[in-house]
Amino acid sequence: MKKSFLFISCEEAQHICNKRQYGEATGWERMKLGIRLSWCRITRAYSNRNNKLSEIMQKSDVSCLKDDERSNMQKQFEEELAKHQ
Amino acid sequence: MAKHQINPNNWISEYSDYLFHYTISRVNDREMAQDLVSETFLAGLKSMSNFKGEASERTWLISILKRKIIDYYRKINSNKGKAEVRMTYNNESEVEGDWLEEHVADPFDQTAEDKLENSELGDAIHECLGKLPQKQANVFKMKTILGYDTETICNDLNITPSNLWVIIHRARTALADCMEKNWF
Repeated sequence: MKKSFLFISCEEAQHICNKRQYGEATGWERMKLGIRLSWCRITRAYSNRNNKLSEIMQKSDVSCLKDDERSNMQKQFEEELAKHQ
Repeated sequence: MAKHQINPNNWISEYSDYLFHYTISRVNDREMAQDLVSETFLAGLKSMSNFKGEASERTWLISILKRKIIDYYRKINSNKGKAEVRMTYNNESEVEGDWLEEHVADPFDQTAEDKLENSELGDAIHECLGKLPQKQANVFKMKTILGYDTETICNDLNITPSNLWVIIHRARTALADCMEKNWF
């Protein structure tokens, strides 16, 4: 088995780590990330920070407008704005 | 000279999400939150001449929004003929002390303090999101807050999945840095 099958670069590990936050990393990718995490301090630090960010995003119940909601608001506002200019 | 200038052309793109989050965490009704934010922008437009430039546009808009939220609560309170709080104790209980267990606080229930902390955390996240380049913030919001899938975002914004992940990586790194300074 080629070494590169299992050993990935730091950038690739970070990419997989990002995908994992959204449940989009495959089992094979998670395994490769796990191996990298076992020996690379930089990847571990990145992963910890990334997980922490996901945790706070979940905890905060943060919300924002959907595209169509923002467009409606923008349209309504622009009509009023035109009257003021 | 005033420290801050007013430019209503950018209000929706720059402040709508922040104001919306601020409102929804206080009124808990998505449609009402949108109405209140819209009303805030319109009220801001009408009273632009009152903007002295001592505070930022966002702070000024938030002060209008706060009054709108208070008015909203006043209105629903008067519509309901003032809120009534009733508590019924179980008088028929034969076992002494049953009511104590019935009324004990649920440890898994969110306390007002938790809600306040989460709302402040949300404010801090929006604060940091506001510092990101527009495109990064948009992609991050769509992916993380609105939960859109990769394909939908790529189609909507006309970007490739590789582009999307690069943008997400940059946004997450910048956000983590900012939150580390402001919150962690």
